[in-house]
Amino acid sequence: MYLELVYNQHENEAKSFFEKFHGDQECYYQDDMRVLSSLTKKEHMKGNETMLDFRTSKFVLRISRDSYQLLKRHLQEKQNNQIWNIVQEHLYIDIFDGMPRSKQQIDAMVGSLAGEAKREANKAKVFFGLLKEPEIEVPLDDEDEEGENEEGKPKKKKPKRDSMGSKSKKQDPNAPPQNRIPLPELKDSDKLDKIMNMKEATKRVRLGPEYLPSICFYTFLNAYQGLTAVDTTDDSSMIVGGFADSTVRVWSVTPKKLRSVKSAADLSLIDKESDDVLERIMDERTASELKILYGHSGPVYGTSFSPDRNYLLSCSEDGTVRLWSLQTFTCLVGYKGHNYPVWDTQFSPYGYYFVSGGHDRVARLWATDHYQPLRIFAGHLADVTCTRFHPNSNYIATGSADRTVRLWDVLNGNCVRIFTGHKGPIHSLAFSPNGRFLATGATDGRVLLWDIGHGLMAGELKGHTDTIYALRFSRDGEILASGSMDNTVRLWDAVKVFEDLETDDFTTATGHINLPENSQDLLLGTYMTKSTPVIHLHFTRRNLLLASGAYSPQ
Amino acid sequence: MAAEEKKAKLSHTLLPAESMKVMAEAVGIAQVPEETCQLLADEVSYRVKEITQDALKFMHMGKRRKLTTSDVDYALKLKNVEPLYGFHAQEFIPFRYASGGGRELYFYEEKEVDLSDIINTPLPRVPLDVCLKAHWLSIEGTQPAIPENPPPAPKEQQKAEATEPLKPTKPGQEEVGTLKGKGQSASTPDGKGKEKKGPVLEGAPLKLKPRSIHELSVEQQLYYKEITEACVGSCEAKRAEALQSIATDPGLYQMLPRFSTFISEGVRVNVVQNNLALLIYLMRMVKALMDNPTLYLEKYLHELIPAVMTCIVSRQLCLRPDVDNHWALRDFAARLIAQICKNFSTTTNNIQSRITKTFTKSWVDDKTPWTTRYGSIAGLAELGHDVIKTLILPRLQVEGERVRGIVEGPVVSNIDKIGADHVQSLLLKHCAPVLAKIRPPPDNQDCYKADYGYLGALLCTHVVKARAQAALQAQQVNRTTLTITQPRPTLTLSQAPQGPPRAPSIIKVPSSITLPVQTLVSGRPSTPTQPSPPPTKYIVMSSASGNSTSQQVITFSTSAVGTATSPVSTTAPGVQPVVKLVSTAQTAPSATVTGSVQKYIVVSLPAPGEGGKAGGPPAQLSPSAPSGLPLPGLAPPASTTVKLEPSDSPQAPPGTPIPFGKANGAQGGVAGSPQPSQ
Repeated sequence: MYLELVYNQHENEAKSFFEKFHGDQECYYQDDMRVLSSLTKKEHMKGNETMLDFRTSKFVLRISRDSYQLLKRHLQEKQNNQIWNIVQEHLYIDIFDGMPRSKQQIDAMVGSLAGEAKREANKAKVFFGLLKEPEIEVPLDDEDEEGENEEGKPKKKKPKRDSMGSKSKKQDPNAPPQNRIPLPELKDSDKLDKIMNMKEATKRVRLGPEYLPSICFYTFLNAYQGLTAVDTTDDSSMIVGGFADSTVRVWSVTPKKLRSVKSAADLSLIDKESDDVLERIMDERTASELKILYGHSGPVYGTSFSPDRNYLLSCSEDGTVRLWSLQTFTCLVGYKGHNYPVWDTQFSPYGYYFVSGGHDRVARLWATDHYQPLRIFAGHLADVTCTRFHPNSNYIATGSADRTVRLWDVLNGNCVRIFTGHKGPIHSLAFSPNGRFLATGATDGRVLLWDIGHGLMAGELKGHTDTIYALRFSRDGEILASGSMDNTVRLWDAVKVFEDLETDDFTTATGHINLPENSQDLLLGTYMTKSTPVIHLHFTRRNLLLASGAYSPQ
Repeated sequence: MAAEEKKAKLSHTLLPAESMKVMAEAVGIAQVPEETCQLLADEVSYRVKEITQDALKFMHMGKRRKLTTSDVDYALKLKNVEPLYGFHAQEFIPFRYASGGGRELYFYEEKEVDLSDIINTPLPRVPLDVCLKAHWLSIEGTQPAIPENPPPAPKEQQKAEATEPLKPTKPGQEEVGTLKGKGQSASTPDGKGKEKKGPVLEGAPLKLKPRSIHELSVEQQLYYKEITEACVGSCEAKRAEALQSIATDPGLYQMLPRFSTFISEGVRVNVVQNNLALLIYLMRMVKALMDNPTLYLEKYLHELIPAVMTCIVSRQLCLRPDVDNHWALRDFAARLIAQICKNFSTTTNNIQSRITKTFTKSWVDDKTPWTTRYGSIAGLAELGHDVIKTLILPRLQVEGERVRGIVEGPVVSNIDKIGADHVQSLLLKHCAPVLAKIRPPPDNQDCYKADYGYLGALLCTHVVKARAQAALQAQQVNRTTLTITQPRPTLTLSQAPQGPPRAPSIIKVPSSITLPVQTLVSGRPSTPTQPSPPPTKYIVMSSASGNSTSQQVITFSTSAVGTATSPVSTTAPGVQPVVKLVSTAQTAPSATVTGSVQKYIVVSLPAPGEGGKAGGPPAQLSPSAPSGLPLPGLAPPASTTVKLEPSDSPQAPPGTPIPFGKANGAQGGVAGSPQPSQ
């Protein structure tokens, strides 16, 4: 309405209209209102993307049939044809049968730039189950077919993996077919790593409300507010930091120092048959605890280690995603595709693929050996601020500044879920280890939990007072850790949230949920840091929580 | 630029059209029509808003709370606009504000920079490189108390717990929850150390939490061991370090109950054994604990107060009460008690009134030994002017008689005599400033005598002096003449022999005793109510008492004593001045403590040979010397004999530090004489 006025050059009327009604808007739309308020000229509208969204897309309202009838009658009685036109033109009214929703239910769901998600949007079947682990015997013997289904073998190597789901020990009915998307073959080193992983897993501390994890905090000192991204390898041996001064710094946090491979000339001298060839190719002279990678020309906003620890991804304001080798500590590829700043990137849990999302409002799926993206996931109405792979690598979740979270199918590039409910840009995502749930954190300081299978909100965790930049489930999914700009790490009881989840027929049909206000019961612990915003969290394989952030002197 | 951004955050704020005009003129376009200006203003405002909103995005992604100029640069780059170069103020842009003609103006002051200056200035230090540091934020759900973590329980929280200890706790504060309540009976500390631990029997099952001490981690146990050992050990450097740690470390909360028990037990044992040094160490620990800003001691007062009180009023604190300087410990502990009262006394726990009662009771009692008497008075006096006025002054007469009984009566025992002398000087010291305030100016010796009996005459002198001092400070004059009467040079040679035997004990004590005074003085700036004037030094030149003609007080505002002495010698030509340290203001009651360094140097006229020797003391009192060192003093009957000099100032041989203990010990010997410091 406002826009129409502006468009037709009724500037002053537009202003007064705004003055009159902006107070009626919910507080969480105020950011949009701010954008709107700055618009007073027709010329301004060209090129303002937000306006484009408003004009082309329809604001989705979910309304019960009764309410809809009431609205219609009201408008007809008042002869408000103009409003009716606008309603028809700009609102998508999603009508459902049954009781109108309560205010609280509505509040829980609205908040995104384009209203709520349509019901149909979340109907597609999502295979949220985990892929079957390739069978690896601890003494290495011949194995490796990923697709094979050895139902008979008990999976003793996946202890506690499915402790909370109702999944059978055998094939998860919700899991996608193993070959739904092609995954890279396992290499010998990967298998060794898997074995290490399993060994570690048996030593894992079992967490619960009574057994809270220990938290080890890595503080980046002297970072002068420049730390923008952190990632940790799965085995917690290395930490990488992306900095605003365009550098990427890799630290070894184990006594083992970082070494690069010898030069080609030296390498040719090495006896390739010897047993310790892997040791020999390393150049002792380059051993150091810190390696600095230069190459970007803008702040590095996202970093991600490959699961095999051979590669590192970083994305930057300069619009590129770079792949670095951790053997030579040099840049291997610069992926150019996003022409605008790239906000986040992440490797697939199986390696090979990675995803990036940026200011150009799309998320792109890449394979390390292709310089062009394999998929482009378009649909967000504002910047894609964070990206995460589903544990089975078949789906990608993206969070956006339009306050929605979308789940995309890697296979066909479709959007299969839209989650609305956050009141601010999303800045962190985390999948539960069993793949059923997604946790999202935003600038509004809330963590929302989503049931991926049903496409429903599963819980709301209030407590943080500032943007949540880090979310992570413990290895067994019992604890959800969240780290925030308010200098705290909080631990939440994830099991309890999902136990309380009610999924009756009506709820699933309409997507209306009643959330209990029990954030305080679920909060297991709050740990203040010393003016150090928490921007990364990581559970080691033994369920030790590593947190990191840069100390910012006041 | 950035000023505009600030405004842009409000909706519908526009840049004024005039600024467009100004800007246009700045780039050389002279005539811009009004309409164009308006249009331009609209356009520019919109663009600025848009860019600012984009810049905010960069701020969020950069995980910062503060918008920086680089964010704006990136936002401009996003729009394919050349970023602004040269705006790289990292931290803070010093906007100046100016208003005039009803308008407000913010501007950024830019200084012209001379390039040659930049070239010639040395390079700044290279900033430290980024480094990674790991620490435990939490161990199995509890946050360890290490410097890397914020204080586990802020003082307010500790206080809240102390007052309402049975509130259900939240997870995450569990360690606090188990800790708290152990001092539930803390609010009923008894002045005499008989704390009531009995549960409150009020029918309702008021759950008394067990006093079990929180399990300490191995590191904490080690730390505790180290600290306690250092505190009572023999190495002074270590002790200073340990006390510093106690006074500053934020994570001591969990160890507090242990420290408290350590102190109270330590006092109990060492009082019995008369181990003065250890008692002093323990009191210094109390002081350090109180100085720690992150600790809230209320829950442990029931252990600390009896311990401190013991150190004040105990009959005997050292093996040889006649020589050891236990008076200093009493003074120090009295100050501690006063501070405790100040910090923790409330209408509910009535700490101050209980303490006052205890002191008064022991003071009033006739059979109380002089040591206890001294302690009680010191304790009371430290509590402030009101207490002195209401409790001490009325008893001055009685006390004076008692002192006279000892001083003038048959010699009973040396110990009693010393005690009486101390009590007397203490009373004089504390009462004079109060009297100076409450009595109208004409100070008549007889009046005082009538009112205060035996001590009246002395009091009168002191009051006069106190007034003069106050006047001096008030006027800040450079040169004032102060008349010092020297009524009774009571110095007896009998005390001279005390010098040598004292020495061994002094050697043991000095460093340990002087230090608490140091900490006390440094920790005290909160106490003085008056603004402290700049350090002044008084140099009192007195001629011989026999032919005493005039005494001069010369006030120097300069600091170097060495230079101060030379003008003295020139102003009094013909005589060889002996410069002697008399006293400092340290011993004045807290309310009138100026907190400044005041040094009194009495110049007397001894035999010519003394000049060289006496030149030493000022050097010792150079500004680096602790200001709190009370040097006993007197204006000696200077010209009488040469031999008197060493006898009354044996503690000031040139070049050696003046031990507090000795100094104070000597005070007894000269108690009868006027002390210019008062």
